[in-house]
Amino acid sequence: MWTIIEQIFPYAIVFTIPLLITALGGLFSERSGIVNIGLEGLMIMGAFASAITVHYLQETMSNHTLVLWIGLLAAVVIGIIFSLLHAFASINLSADQIISGTAINMIAMALTVFLARNITGSGNIRITSGFSPMDIPVLSSIPVIGDLFFTKTYPTTWFILLVLFISAFILNKTKFGLRLKSCGEFPQAAEAAGINVRRIRYSGVMISGAFAGLGGALIILTYAGEFTGSVSGLGFLALASLIFGQWRPMGVLAATLFFGFASTIANVSQVIPELKVIPPIILKIFPYVVTLLALVVFSKSSRAPKAAGEPFDSGKR
Amino acid sequence: MRHTIVSIIAIILGLVAGGILMVLIGSNPLEGYTYLFQGALRNIERIGNTLATATPLIFAGLSVAFAFRTGLFNIGGSGQMLIGGLCATAVALSFDVSRPILILMMVLAGLLGGALWAFIPGLLKAKFNVHEVVSTIMMNWIAYWTVYYVVPGYFKGEFLETESRKLEEAQTLRSPFLTEMFQGSYINMGIFFAIIAVIIIAFIINKTTMGFELKAVGFNRYAAEYAGMRVNRNIILSMFISGALAGLGGVALYTGNASSIQIGILPSQGYDGIAVALLGANTPVGVFFAAILFGILYSGTGFMNAMIEIPPELANTIIAIIIYFAATSVLIERLLNRFRKRRSGQEMNGPVGKKGVS
Repeated sequence: MWTIIEQIFPYAIVFTIPLLITALGGLFSERSGIVNIGLEGLMIMGAFASAITVHYLQETMSNHTLVLWIGLLAAVVIGIIFSLLHAFASINLSADQIISGTAINMIAMALTVFLARNITGSGNIRITSGFSPMDIPVLSSIPVIGDLFFTKTYPTTWFILLVLFISAFILNKTKFGLRLKSCGEFPQAAEAAGINVRRIRYSGVMISGAFAGLGGALIILTYAGEFTGSVSGLGFLALASLIFGQWRPMGVLAATLFFGFASTIANVSQVIPELKVIPPIILKIFPYVVTLLALVVFSKSSRAPKAAGEPFDSGKR
Repeated sequence: MRHTIVSIIAIILGLVAGGILMVLIGSNPLEGYTYLFQGALRNIERIGNTLATATPLIFAGLSVAFAFRTGLFNIGGSGQMLIGGLCATAVALSFDVSRPILILMMVLAGLLGGALWAFIPGLLKAKFNVHEVVSTIMMNWIAYWTVYYVVPGYFKGEFLETESRKLEEAQTLRSPFLTEMFQGSYINMGIFFAIIAVIIIAFIINKTTMGFELKAVGFNRYAAEYAGMRVNRNIILSMFISGALAGLGGVALYTGNASSIQIGILPSQGYDGIAVALLGANTPVGVFFAAILFGILYSGTGFMNAMIEIPPELANTIIAIIIYFAATSVLIERLLNRFRKRRSGQEMNGPVGKKGVS
């Protein structure tokens, strides 16, 4: 059993990280009061932007690590720009946030494949090499923990975990974070206290765009290695993790780890004899069924931001 | 009327955006659109194909629109279509009965399969207040994996592991009469079912107590509850009917337009249903015309791609942009209002100005 966990662990972490950062982005958006169902589309845009940047730069630049980080940066920038469409529709025009988010998803899915097909012909964009896993010196030789956490890790994993802790700090301890949360709970009160609700919500949505873009890029630059026009529903899974994690950073970490492990176990079940006895369909649908059950369990004590999904009407009481 | 104008402006803006995209990749948009519309409507066979392409979209659009009237956002059309298609295919491959009975059984199976898949989110919404957007997305993936394992397990194709056995002509919704009339097109009885569904749903929404109650719940569930309507029952019923419509769309897609069900793909039509409903202003007739328009875009892009080098994903892009403009219709309405005001302002100023001159 232990060897199985040891074998699965690195894969599960690699799978968890894009989900984690995307869900964290969704957290900023929803905590500011804007439901962002467009996470999937924003991830796709990020994946596309990083794939195309790295694809071209790897031909010309010799420093491969730098190229990969530039790819991540490109994904962040495109994610932010694209999220502005959602912000504009839902903040300035009081559009239905779910419909606007759906439009974001549809535009991203169609536009990226359209452009990719135009660039490469097949619609897939391949990168020569992504981030490579490495052992962390000293720490990796600690028994048990060293094997689990510090061997075969990606530098990006540590970067995202850092972002997670900074985000948790910002949300709970800084003026900006507290204001952001107040806009998601009772925007009218926040406005009366002198907070510019619209500006805060814009920053919430833009952070979600940046993080979701990053999430999409990490899929390409760590385990996928190729852009194929979709992120296979991970954006929606991130949305589910956000609810599962009850809109708190550490809750989201736990939820995404759960999904990471559940999916990895389902993926590798056929090569591990102990798991082979379970029909694969059970393992595959397990995370989704558990999410549904979790939603039922949490329904009574849900800590959803109260104003999320409602257009801001400053005169409403 | 107002909705129609907004929808038409959204369509025009979407087509303009598509044109700009064509210019960006170095093609001539006029040429592109000419080929697109030729590809969809040039001869009777192509018109038949366009109608067939529109059929699942009509069902998917009706499904989303119907739930929307009750204030529910059924984003799970894809999963419901997949299960509907799976049930119909399973019936077709398992039972050896005369054709009319088989078709009836397939339609019923697809309808019930889709309805069941939407019933669960409806129940969760009514009993536990679980948001239907998340639960229907989860149901989509459960449907995806169910088909992924059930099809190869029980209905494996002769040559390919990734799709079900091919249905024979008599086991599908194709009819020799229609195929002949449309000169070899793959149009099938699905389009008639779709038109019947449009009429029935329009009747339910506009003329029955049930439709009135469903709309009342959509407008204000607390007021509806206060008026003595059983809100929870209406929510479940609305999702059930919405899912049934999507399931029928799956029947039309997998046993009408196609003759086998593939694994590993969630049908994009479920998603497009949202677009169709939105553009059709959630009315059955609006849905019908919006679906026909999308049918034209989808079936025309194949021809366009063959004639000049424009990727067929242009259709999806145009549809997505139309939806963004439809979602931000406030902007269009504001512009319309400003335009109207300016015009009425001129009319008022006009005579006054003339008086001054004389």
